[in-house]
Amino acid sequence: MYTLSGKLKITAIIFMILGAIGLVYAFATAPTSIEEVKEILAAQEHHGNHEMAAGEHSVAHHGDAAHDDEHAEHVLHQLQNKPWAALYVGAFFFFMIALGALAFYAIQYAAQAGWSPVLFRVMEAITAYLLPGSIIVFILLALSGVHLNHLFIWMDPDVVATDEIIQNKSSYLNVPFFLIRAAIYIIGWNVFRYFLRKNSLKQDEANDNSYYRKNFKLSAAFLVFFIVTESMMSWDWIMSLDPHWFSTLFGWYVFSSLFVSAITVIALVTIYLKSRGYLPYVNDSHIHDLGKFMFGISIFWTYLWFSQFMLIWYSNIPEEVVYYVTRIEKYNLVFFGMVAINFLFPLLVLMNSEYKRINWFIVMTGIMILVGHYLDIYTMVMPATVGESWFIGVPEISAVLFFGGLFTFVVFNALTKAPLLAKRNPFIKESEHFHY
Amino acid sequence: MASTKIHAIYTDDDILMQAVKDTRAKHYHIEEVFTPFPVHGLDKAMGLPHTRLAVTSFLYGLVGLTVAILMMNFIMIEDWPQNIGGKPSFSFLENLPAFIPIMFELTVFFAAHLMVITFYLRSRLWPFKKAENPDVRTTDDLFLMEVLVENNNIEEMAQFFKNTGALEVNLINK
Repeated sequence: MYTLSGKLKITAIIFMILGAIGLVYAFATAPTSIEEVKEILAAQEHHGNHEMAAGEHSVAHHGDAAHDDEHAEHVLHQLQNKPWAALYVGAFFFFMIALGALAFYAIQYAAQAGWSPVLFRVMEAITAYLLPGSIIVFILLALSGVHLNHLFIWMDPDVVATDEIIQNKSSYLNVPFFLIRAAIYIIGWNVFRYFLRKNSLKQDEANDNSYYRKNFKLSAAFLVFFIVTESMMSWDWIMSLDPHWFSTLFGWYVFSSLFVSAITVIALVTIYLKSRGYLPYVNDSHIHDLGKFMFGISIFWTYLWFSQFMLIWYSNIPEEVVYYVTRIEKYNLVFFGMVAINFLFPLLVLMNSEYKRINWFIVMTGIMILVGHYLDIYTMVMPATVGESWFIGVPEISAVLFFGGLFTFVVFNALTKAPLLAKRNPFIKESEHFHY
Repeated sequence: MASTKIHAIYTDDDILMQAVKDTRAKHYHIEEVFTPFPVHGLDKAMGLPHTRLAVTSFLYGLVGLTVAILMMNFIMIEDWPQNIGGKPSFSFLENLPAFIPIMFELTVFFAAHLMVITFYLRSRLWPFKKAENPDVRTTDDLFLMEVLVENNNIEEMAQFFKNTGALEVNLINK
């Protein structure tokens, strides 16, 4: 049995408190009126780095004063969105790790993998964050639905009234249906997670393999449910932030991002537990396999990123290409930097077979992959919500600290609830002697 | 006497593995082992060094990537920068996404083909090459270990290989 060390608990709680304080500060200091924004803009102009908002914002001039007012109002909305968007990115990022871990777990069951059963309890513990994580995301979506923020512009009746494109999508993009869909996904995932975990624990005490067989069937059913709901979730929760834009492979793209983050977290938690002596039967071949998955899925992510980017860049259709125009013009460094982190780092470090057995290589690459995929979610959400007013400052870091602390606390608390070795799994012997 | 060898023939890969370990422990020099299929862990038991084929493949891949970049930079950007469908041909970077499929394919092409050719050269395989198997049965179901006699007692060696479970022990003078 794993016992939660006091140090880890304190660290997680400190992270949560620091993050919560930072978030309160971020919400408290967000500008509330156009006058405040004008002061901020004047200060920026003074520094000489002010750029006029380009693109969709450049509407007809009604004289300079009116235009300034309009611009200030635009910036006001962006700055008011900033703490909300930071919170949303943080909440989604850690939630998607738990969801990805559940998908990976189900794949291991459905594929009858012989190497991974010794890691099942680690994966189950990571999926324990699914329930709190998905509820937090749902609450944030519901708060958007009651107009506490402007994250989703299609939720604003004033915007929809003058926007024919959104009007035509309103049979799908309307708040009640949106929240019902979200509830269906969240309930579905959590129900599957609850029964998979329950059967896995019951299998420990069973005399036959009936619970294993149940989990096999549940996993197969979950994977079908997951790929449909995950795809729709990515349209709803991320793509609809830009309701004028659409991409057909977006669901897969989000999937690859959450999948590789989840595998990385599984590897990091495994290495941590092993270094504390809790996983004696995990050898460097297990780490090697996780390293291969991190490597392969990172490249899969890059493939999807590039496929989406290159198809839109090549055909250059105005209605599609604005998505990348805003990202390249306003988010250049972070947008291309995250591709470099997510592709070059795993490619060069994890290509060598020997390096995949060295723990600190996996840890180092894993941290880079997690940073890269945080930035990936960041560049999906921020351009649509805060536009050119982005910055990685107090709100963003606080949200990561808060959810990181909560994630650590929930995951390691879940690890104490069951023995770390799934006893009667039919593949557990093979897994203990797994050697590559 | 230097080229005198003993051929010990086995019927099972598990017995062969044990025999290889015993032979190494006895410090007899194993010249070669012939098997009808890959025996997992045999290279480790024989103490063979790790292959460096993967490293050559990586380097060949870099060559392929370089060829692709130099080729397309010269053709599309330097030699005749035409306006083809409005694609920006002012610099390599501006038109990079259009080149990446070719860069990828040439990297894979060079890495794969040159590695295979390296493998053929290093393991001396080519058409019309004379087959080297000392006993035709080793391609079907028997395992053969070739050990140099050197200065060891032949009688003692023969007895040793009999004890390791060999089906046949043959003395080869060449």
